[in-house]
Amino acid sequence: MKPDPAEESLRINPELVADILCRFIRNELRRAGFRHAVVGLSGGIDSSVVTFLAVRALGAENVLAVTMPYKTSSEATRRDSQTVIEKLRVRSLDVPIADPIDAYFKQFPDASQMRLANKCARERMTVLYDQSAAFDALVIGTSNKSELLLGYGTQFGDMASAVNPVGDLYKTQLHQLAAFLGVPEAILQKPPTGDLWIGQTDEGELGFTYAEVDRLLALMVDRRWRRAELIEYGFAPEFIDRVATLVRRNHYKRRMPVIAKLSHRTMDRDFRYARDWGT
Amino acid sequence: MSIGRGALQPSAESTPDAARRSGTFRVALAQIAPALANRERNLALHLAQIEAARDEQADLVVFPELSLTGYFVRDMVPDVALSSSGPEIGRLLEAAGPAALVVGFVEESPQHRFYNAAFFAEEGRLVHLHRKVYLPTYGLFDEQRYFAAGDRIRAFDTARFGRVGLLICEDFWHLSAAAIMQAEEVDVLVWAANSPARGIDGPTIRTAETYEHLCTAFAQLLGAVVILVNRVGFEDGLCFWGGSRIVGPDGRTLAQAPMLDEALTVGTIDLGELRRQRLITPLARDERLLLTIEELNRIKRRRYET
Repeated sequence: MKPDPAEESLRINPELVADILCRFIRNELRRAGFRHAVVGLSGGIDSSVVTFLAVRALGAENVLAVTMPYKTSSEATRRDSQTVIEKLRVRSLDVPIADPIDAYFKQFPDASQMRLANKCARERMTVLYDQSAAFDALVIGTSNKSELLLGYGTQFGDMASAVNPVGDLYKTQLHQLAAFLGVPEAILQKPPTGDLWIGQTDEGELGFTYAEVDRLLALMVDRRWRRAELIEYGFAPEFIDRVATLVRRNHYKRRMPVIAKLSHRTMDRDFRYARDWGT
Repeated sequence: MSIGRGALQPSAESTPDAARRSGTFRVALAQIAPALANRERNLALHLAQIEAARDEQADLVVFPELSLTGYFVRDMVPDVALSSSGPEIGRLLEAAGPAALVVGFVEESPQHRFYNAAFFAEEGRLVHLHRKVYLPTYGLFDEQRYFAAGDRIRAFDTARFGRVGLLICEDFWHLSAAAIMQAEEVDVLVWAANSPARGIDGPTIRTAETYEHLCTAFAQLLGAVVILVNRVGFEDGLCFWGGSRIVGPDGRTLAQAPMLDEALTVGTIDLGELRRQRLITPLARDERLLLTIEELNRIKRRRYET
């Protein structure tokens, strides 16, 4: 039987990947002059995988897992985060964000769910960055490649971090890595959710599953198949176009703010230095 | 820069001292993780490796591509560049003492062109300078933006290691470079690399697998020893995978450095193996160089002169 190119593109050797990513975390922290890491832990796959990786790379005593529940956070969220914390014996801190969020929205009682969700994501970001200062640490990011490509994340919210070990892994690949790392079964089994409101799931909101969209993205982005080839392979044209539009429209979230060029050397255009410059 | 060898003598061996292809020597593969654009720290790293190699009685110490500067030098290119007679190079030659040395650096020419270069030094003097010819500028690479391309692929004679060829990373992905090295009758091909890891679905990193295949294939096709030295460490999320190795003319791996970790790996090369292997598979003897030249001239007329 001919191997399926989408499956092939999404297969990973989790042991090899874990090894590279742990080295990456250690290396980036060392270069920036840090030994500690802070991770925002939601009890979902992405943040659980990142917490497992950080503990593997740095030791449990050097990692701070911060849980930041809001009123709508589900019981599963609390329970699964707690399971990860206990399993890894990692340092942890619970910082509920209901007070600051509610205080703000008292002034804007008619704000949409989307505004509330984005505000929560950015509130969590400020907590993580503040805790990173308190713990002398860097914030480790948890945005995966599927989310980054689809723009399914809050700019300067959950997308913000100093170092992101999982940004080049699709959700489907993170599953394989999670299973290898020993992330608890309950976390592997539950549907992905941003816990943005009660009963919210990523796949319900997006209108397709990660399994489907990852297959498309792997062929479209990584293997650079053309639209006609994707249709021939079996993807519906509407699905292809919708995903391609999401990828394009959300590109701004993956870039620094655009700067109006005036001089001979402008940041990130013709002022080109690696981030690891000098280290 | 070594001097060209002049007119071809297809009916004779072009190497005067055939007896020299014998004896053994020890090679140290200095699989380091250079700091990015920090010449001072990298010089110290080189000196430490040279000293460690001396303890291992190495006759030749090979560093990876751009070992004195790191890879993604970008706008730091003019700041980290050296002339081939720069003071750091003098210090390295002095430190190496009797050992020969291959080091990668950014070379600034008298015309202020910047090259991704590597030198071979023996007995305290520069024997050969190679400027990378094929500068990858695609995917994650952008070398042509910063470097001028070299315009020579030449081998050179050494006192102890036979006739040596020196190529930098992408150079050896071009069949023409390998063909020139075969025509140059190299005994030892040194391949200095900075290869980042891509492809994580197999038992090992895909790029590492490909390099292993190239080393094995080219060692056998050239009937020569291939010495690959690749760096390790990260730069802006890119992981350099190491896996430096020495492959004998029969395609067998004679020494192998670990994946991903810094290491000084020492292997022994027996030049006598070249004779044995060339008796079994005399590919270079049977090579019809004039035929190749004629065909290439024909292709040149077709592609460039019509």
